[in-house]
Amino acid sequence: MSDRWCVTRNGVAVALRDVPDLSLDVMSADVVAAVSAGARLGCWSGDGEGRIVAVLVDDAAGELRVARARVGDRYPSLTPSCPQAHLFERELAEQFGPVAVGHPWFKPVRSHARWTPGPDAWGRAADMPIVPGVVETFRVEGEDVHEVAVGPVHAGVIEPGHFRFQCHGEQVFHLEIQLGYQHRGIERAAVGGPHPQTLHQMEAAAGDTTVGHTWAHCLVLEALADVAPPPVAQDLRATMLELERLANHVGDLGALAGDVGFQPTASFNGRLRGDFLNLTAALCGSRLGRGMLRPGGVRFGADEARRRDMTHRLHAARRDVTGSVELLFHTPSVAARFERVGIVRPEEATAAGLVGVARRACGTAVDARHDHPVGAWLQTRVDPAICGEGDVQSRAWVRWLEICDSLELVDRLLARPLDGELRVPMPSLRPDHLAIGLIEGWRGPVLHLGLTGPDGRLTRYKVVDPSFHNWMGLALALRDEQISDFPLCNKSFNLSYCGYDL
Amino acid sequence: MKVALFERLSQGHQTSRYPAVLPALPDRLRGRPTVDAAKCPPQCRVCVDACGVQAIALDPMTERPNPRVDLGKCLFCGDCEEACPTAALRFGPEHRLATSRREHLTVQQGHEYALAEQLGAELMRLYGRSLKLRVVSAGGCNGCEVDVNVLGTIGWDLGRFGISYAASPRHADGMLVCGPVTRNMELAVRKTWQAIPDPKICIAVGACAIAGGPFAGHPEQLGGAAAVVPVDLFVPGCPPHPLTILDGLLRLLGKVRG
Repeated sequence: MSDRWCVTRNGVAVALRDVPDLSLDVMSADVVAAVSAGARLGCWSGDGEGRIVAVLVDDAAGELRVARARVGDRYPSLTPSCPQAHLFERELAEQFGPVAVGHPWFKPVRSHARWTPGPDAWGRAADMPIVPGVVETFRVEGEDVHEVAVGPVHAGVIEPGHFRFQCHGEQVFHLEIQLGYQHRGIERAAVGGPHPQTLHQMEAAAGDTTVGHTWAHCLVLEALADVAPPPVAQDLRATMLELERLANHVGDLGALAGDVGFQPTASFNGRLRGDFLNLTAALCGSRLGRGMLRPGGVRFGADEARRRDMTHRLHAARRDVTGSVELLFHTPSVAARFERVGIVRPEEATAAGLVGVARRACGTAVDARHDHPVGAWLQTRVDPAICGEGDVQSRAWVRWLEICDSLELVDRLLARPLDGELRVPMPSLRPDHLAIGLIEGWRGPVLHLGLTGPDGRLTRYKVVDPSFHNWMGLALALRDEQISDFPLCNKSFNLSYCGYDL
Repeated sequence: MKVALFERLSQGHQTSRYPAVLPALPDRLRGRPTVDAAKCPPQCRVCVDACGVQAIALDPMTERPNPRVDLGKCLFCGDCEEACPTAALRFGPEHRLATSRREHLTVQQGHEYALAEQLGAELMRLYGRSLKLRVVSAGGCNGCEVDVNVLGTIGWDLGRFGISYAASPRHADGMLVCGPVTRNMELAVRKTWQAIPDPKICIAVGACAIAGGPFAGHPEQLGGAAAVVPVDLFVPGCPPHPLTILDGLLRLLGKVRG
């Protein structure tokens, strides 16, 4: 990778004057070269001032590389030579207008009007109402080919999204996913902040990843303000993050069991998921971890009695989860439905830039806790859990391996003293700086990027939920599958709509 | 099969005995707040300033401050409680929060909190023993959906109260809305409501569905379900504890009183 770029680390702020202003051609070429050498495009977004800010995540080196470049109304698309950029380029066009010329499937992401004054990337008039979901969709033509359209409102208690399948009988040729229904303006509202409501909006960027997103947000603000939370707060954040992972992974394995009609694990895990949410509530009063993480530290500690009670409950849940999940993986009819279904090949995962559980299920050992450690992960080593088949079974198995690891981690964290100094005061943010927060949430890495202006207020705040990278993985998994396997494949990814829509 | 039966025996019966027995709630749960205005120092407005979503107001006419907390806006984050210098404002363990009217979601000293009322006679005749709800997720964070879903697990077993979630609005007696109703979901919410046969009820779950939650004021959303449809039950929280949601549903059906 080129040494033109500014090299930084997770949770370390850099002065904007040290972030190079490259020409767009040079920056694009550097991205293509770095991605082909194994880096991942973590961010390719407008800064609101006519530039693109690019972040390359180098997991092997534990480094983050940042550069920026001025962009006009049109520029040659990066996507044909770097497919990972496809959604970032569409997002950039929707938010700030630059047209990626040569993008193979250039359309809006979240169905909203351009943020800044100027021509719309799709030539829509300023007074034209933007109707969500009314976009061009890929269409297969031919005899016996039919189209299945689902959503935005679905049959269950789930978030809205539109799915369109091109089918030949049962066989799916192509699935196209159009979201944006949950778009509520989180990034746009953060500009000029942090405002009093900003933290609450980050807690609600994706409710099931409250701790992941809030930690990434706190990490950015703490880096920009140049403060370090007390060690106890770091341990408490890690405990919260692992409890969040446990609750969601346990729930997902139950949901997968339900989707193949295996009722015992579906029922047991539905309840056990609640046990982990209740452990989170034992720490902070909220089952989703609201009100715990604050810039500078955390709100609540745990004395010895509380830690002992939580450990006791953790061990009880561990016994029941182990029994329930072993039942799942020892049942041949479950294996018959999990194995060789919804396969994503490793080269597809790399090209699409998949992250987190879905990527590890393709055999790639990446985990931000290991590759870009902050806080408690600096002392506590976490090895990525991998499995190589890229199918539903692999995604389920990676979750189980991570459940085992997280149970162990929480057990160890609860053995440490978790009270004392919990929080340090937050000074104002340093002007003209940039910081990146990268936290391995339960789906994968949650990336937050903050830029400050001369007054120390945020001029741009970017949130990248792992789902933003991984929805394409679901579409790839469905190729040549039966449409009846969609619920199972979908559940094996269990991606966030609101984290993507923001 | 044998192993599954042993595991079933080992895990035992897990359904809560609520409403006969109140389940154990976390000691740090932030339920309904209480205000002891006698403790408020003169001119103090610390709680008002600590709130990130303007859920607390002071009456300009009173001599001493008497904070008024709007539970429709409140995220139950506890920032005000932490900031309060005299512990005048406290979050208590009280999980019963649901009301029938938006203006009843008010906590203030000297103001009695009016919990949700039972449905009228005709709706009780129709839905008192069987209520099917269509859940529409309309722009929140999926947090309320999580706790709505939880009621269907064996821990709560919502079905034993005759309440279930319907897969189609045509099969539903009412709509349960989560989220502030984004502009991008407005049409879908309207269409879902229209597709539900009359008579029907609407339930708003969570701060977003009541007043926009942390997104209140954003032009991308409408500030809650009531902007689109008439609402019969308001369940505050961010997200509400499952017990708070269940309590609201059961009050509506007259299955929990007091």
